[in-house]
Amino acid sequence: MVKFNIKNLNIWFGQIHALKSVNVEIEANEILSIIGPSNSGKTSFLRMLNRLNDLHPEFKMSGWLEFDNEDIRKINIEDLRKRVGMVFALPLPLPLSIFDNIAYGVKMHGLKRRERVSEIVERSLKQAYLWDEVKDRLDVSAFKLSGGQQQRLCIARTLAVEPEVILFDEPCSGLDPISTAKVEEAMLKLKKDYTIVLVTNNVKQAARVGDRTAFFLSGELVELDKTEKIFTAPADQRTDGYIRGKFG
Amino acid sequence: MAIRKIKEFAIEKLILICGLASIFFVVLIFLFLTKEGLSVFKTVTPFSFLFGKSWYPISEPAQLGILPLICGSLLVTLGAAIISIPIGVACAVYIAEIAPGKIKEILKAGIELLAAIPSVVLGFIGMVTLVPWVKTTFNLPTGLTALSGSIILAFMAMPTIVSIAEDALYSVPKSYKEGAFALGATHWQTIYRVLLPAASSGIVAAVMLGIGRVIGETMAVMMITGNAAVIPQSILVPVRTLTATIAAEMGEAVVGSEHYFALFAVGIVLFIISFIINVTADLFLHKRKF
Ligand SMILES: Nc1ncnc2c1ncn2[C@@H]1O[C@H](COP(=O)(O)OP(=O)(O)O)[C@@H](O)[C@H]1O
Ligand SMILES: [Mg+2]
Repeated sequence: MVKFNIKNLNIWFGQIHALKSVNVEIEANEILSIIGPSNSGKTSFLRMLNRLNDLHPEFKMSGWLEFDNEDIRKINIEDLRKRVGMVFALPLPLPLSIFDNIAYGVKMHGLKRRERVSEIVERSLKQAYLWDEVKDRLDVSAFKLSGGQQQRLCIARTLAVEPEVILFDEPCSGLDPISTAKVEEAMLKLKKDYTIVLVTNNVKQAARVGDRTAFFLSGELVELDKTEKIFTAPADQRTDGYIRGKFG
Repeated sequence: MAIRKIKEFAIEKLILICGLASIFFVVLIFLFLTKEGLSVFKTVTPFSFLFGKSWYPISEPAQLGILPLICGSLLVTLGAAIISIPIGVACAVYIAEIAPGKIKEILKAGIELLAAIPSVVLGFIGMVTLVPWVKTTFNLPTGLTALSGSIILAFMAMPTIVSIAEDALYSVPKSYKEGAFALGATHWQTIYRVLLPAASSGIVAAVMLGIGRVIGETMAVMMITGNAAVIPQSILVPVRTLTATIAAEMGEAVVGSEHYFALFAVGIVLFIISFIINVTADLFLHKRKF
């Protein structure tokens, strides 16, 4: 099933033409990795999928963007963002306890019953592989956690509102290899129930977790194919150059 | 090289001297205030001074109880706070979050303009517009009431509250806001569940500084509160504040008289109140929650 159907998408921030005629179909329950040098439009692409770009005062777009066969602009924006969750590059806990960080989004969407909220908090923390590390101290400040734990907390927070898609924007860029491995493990397990789009500046990470990989360059989607194909026999020279360069 | 070092040294010392001088003057003022003010306690006890119910400084014998003045100041300040805090904070939220570019600029300019109006002018405007309005609306014998004072002072507190609260809202990391939006929060939910709590210490500081300004304000209050030194039973009666008392009576008090010393003691009380408010504001401004 196709989750996102993107046709001839162009976007601008003021004068900057950030995405140029991008065509992509994102399948349900796949992990789509997105690689490319900085300023190639990876984040801008990701932020189209939950319409976070709309916050930019000079944002403009043209083209076609469908989510579950529905024009994304026709979907109520809060519903869309609930269904398409996002995890940012820097872990971004709110100045609240571990429990409240996760309960926050759930409560915001109207769930009030305490037992139900506790259940969801526990389930989400387990899904994000954080439960065992924090179950005895749910009421301490989220800032007491390590960077890797904070990032998994943010994943749990996103999972708590029960999205269908999770967008990751360089989720491991600030993490050590062990924390990175834990986040990747969580992603691979989540694939069963969620569609995942992962922007990463780490080509090896794309190779490890992506079912398919897309390569962006200067706002263009250069190539999109099965991950093995991209990493063994890319069709485009530029993809090849980037991957070789990155593998050094 | 040597010349540069000497220059450096001289500038450093100059700055040090300026800094020390300002501290020195503050200490000097404080000492003078205390020396003059404390002399009043040769004739009245601190308790009967602070809690005495009548202020008749020139009757024989003089009655020097400042409770009516303290009540007057607190009542006017409280009224001003109740009016200016919600409006000021709402205005800051509007400017920081909602207003489109043009309107934002206009509003900010307007607020700055409001801050630039001299208090005597505000008092004058209040006298000819607000006072008659209060009189007819509430059907009172006089419009010179605590309420009139509160309303005018609210206008004075507003610019401080708005601009500092707005700064506090701006300094909330943009990523918090995006984080809330990404979870499907509406704009309003983002404002009151993320932005306001994250900016809360700055907003409290804004409020305290606004109130600090109100409590020290003299001219406008003197012009429109009626200056009756009685303990107010409601907000619709004339009151007299600590500041107005000093301003109105210092000119006629005989230097070295009991009255003269009492006015200095009123100054000490005012100083202590402002000091507490400013320190509280400072604590909140520098409080780091995380
Ligand atoms: N908020 C913004 N305002 C203006 N330009 C932006 C903004 N976000 C991104 N851009 C521009 O869009 C282009 C793509 O950026 P981005 O999507 O962040 O790239 P990447 O995530 O691949 O590093 C860049 O040229 C960048 O300068
Ligand atoms: Mg990016």
